[in-house]
Amino acid sequence: MDNVFVYCEIEGTVVAEVSQELLTKGRKLADTLGVELHAVVAGTGIKGKVEDQILPYGVDKLFVFDGEGLFPYTSAPHTDILVNLFKEEKPQICLMGATVIGRDLGPRVSSSLTSGLTADCTQLEIGPYEDTKSGKKYENLLYQIRPAFGGNIVATIVNPDHRPQMATVRSGVMQKAVFTGKAKGEVVYPTVSKYVSDASYVVKVLEHYVEAAKHNLKGAAIVVAGGYGMGSREGFDMLFDLAKVLHAEVGASRAAVDAGFCDADRQVGQTGVTVHPKVYIACGISGQIQHIAGMQDSKIIISVNSDPDAPINKIADYVIVGTVEEVIPKLIKYYKQNSK
Amino acid sequence: MSLKIVVLAKQVPDTRNVGKDAMTPEGTVNRAALPAIFNPDDLNALEQALRLKEQNPGSTVGILTMGPPRAGEIIRQGLYRGADTGWLLTDRLFAGADTLATSYALATAIRKIGKVDIVLGGRQAIDGDTAQVGPQVAQKLGLNQVTYAEEIVKIENGVATINRRIDGGKETVQVPLPVLVTVNGSAAPCRPQNAKLVMKYKYATCPLERPAEDPRADLYADRPYLTLNQWNVADVDGDPQQCGLAGSPTKVKTVMNIVFQAKESKTLTASDADVEGLVKELLDEKIIG
Repeated sequence: MDNVFVYCEIEGTVVAEVSQELLTKGRKLADTLGVELHAVVAGTGIKGKVEDQILPYGVDKLFVFDGEGLFPYTSAPHTDILVNLFKEEKPQICLMGATVIGRDLGPRVSSSLTSGLTADCTQLEIGPYEDTKSGKKYENLLYQIRPAFGGNIVATIVNPDHRPQMATVRSGVMQKAVFTGKAKGEVVYPTVSKYVSDASYVVKVLEHYVEAAKHNLKGAAIVVAGGYGMGSREGFDMLFDLAKVLHAEVGASRAAVDAGFCDADRQVGQTGVTVHPKVYIACGISGQIQHIAGMQDSKIIISVNSDPDAPINKIADYVIVGTVEEVIPKLIKYYKQNSK
Repeated sequence: MSLKIVVLAKQVPDTRNVGKDAMTPEGTVNRAALPAIFNPDDLNALEQALRLKEQNPGSTVGILTMGPPRAGEIIRQGLYRGADTGWLLTDRLFAGADTLATSYALATAIRKIGKVDIVLGGRQAIDGDTAQVGPQVAQKLGLNQVTYAEEIVKIENGVATINRRIDGGKETVQVPLPVLVTVNGSAAPCRPQNAKLVMKYKYATCPLERPAEDPRADLYADRPYLTLNQWNVADVDGDPQQCGLAGSPTKVKTVMNIVFQAKESKTLTASDADVEGLVKELLDEKIIG
């Protein structure tokens, strides 16, 4: 009862990084609440292959559902597992990745259990709440903090009366860390057929194709990002040149992606990737709130912009006022001249 | 086979043009202060519906939307592109709904419409970006679901073949009808409005959209297809306790405008000396290199 659950997503027998990030967050929430951290994973042929990717993040109890038809993921069997497991376990919190799978599964489970679900949280905290209408007071609710409305506001959402309190979080928003304290690390292998009815294996996956990631934007130490001010797809070639010499990854603002200058998987921001690099070089990016939300934790921010009043300059450590066409070749040139 | 298709469409504030009075003091959206548009992903869903209608003669496409009376505009825009009918769910009791209460309202309406083969909707709406309502509706109706669809390739013998996006890749799945499909923004864009259909439907309205003394009353008496379906909670046999704010498990505790901490920035020019100076500084401090 009342524990914190994390749904761990897999590709084959590899646990998604976002799930490990959530385990680290879940461990902290469980400690704050004085309860256990539980994890659940479902797939085919995963027994003995996924435990070591999950337990080190401070899991007290891991439920491994291993059976035919559980990979590739389809909605109904995974929903059955969570709904029936949660009816037994009655967790107070359930976290999952704001991924294609988490966004398919979370709402289905919440609708079945009539519990509230908040998408794309950027912070999760524990705190009290008073309902202004009824005057009823609550302790230890999960604050589900998320940007809303195109990133222009940030809302704190609570689920006072329904359990579990469910939230999804995007990859890269939380940071994973192996747990150094003591956790129970118990593993159980429930019988899948007790949780999933045969009728649930209704969607057939004919083809399932996942490419290895083309880049590691999320984990990059240096990010060179371009905005609408790059002007064109060719303009972005200049950024790739700069990224190459700096051993950096290329990111983009939503405006640049919408304009077709850059592929969508490189979008940095609230609806894209969240990055935490040592250096973030923003080229021709004006700095809409939804973009800043995805890069504000960069240690050093350099803005290259012809507009000295671009909003991003306010949070930049260095502002180079000039056109990208002029400045980027100079950055490349002087880096090559001065580095060994 | 002929299909009965319902498209879930939402009128959304254009979040790309948000002003200061966008939120009410209660923390809900002040829709009156913002330009209202057809949610972009829902247009992709409508296009898939219209293609299915063409491929499966005798099929019908209806637009189901929930909102204030002015959301009747969403049904009209659907009719202009080739939809056959529409339903506006409108009632003060629906107001303040979170995704779960919204899905309850839509599910009751779909039950009322009856015998639906395919429910299509956009992957998500730009005012909330949650992507939750589609799957929540599917669960309430016990429908199969496929999210993030890019193309409904075909429907044969009651089974749909669908291409969908997944993280870092693609999938092709087969799913028996009835099914709810959410369509990605990367799917084919929606066809433009058809001039003839605009002429035909431009005065199509829900009763609540009309003035008390309507100069077009005779026209509406003459052409019943110009009166759009308008349903309230009672019309769909809804439980008011599960609708709107009352039926929403999530509550907004606080809403804040985002203010970023301004830093003390060093401003440089694009001169060779300035750029080289910066590069040297970063190299010296081992920040790069």
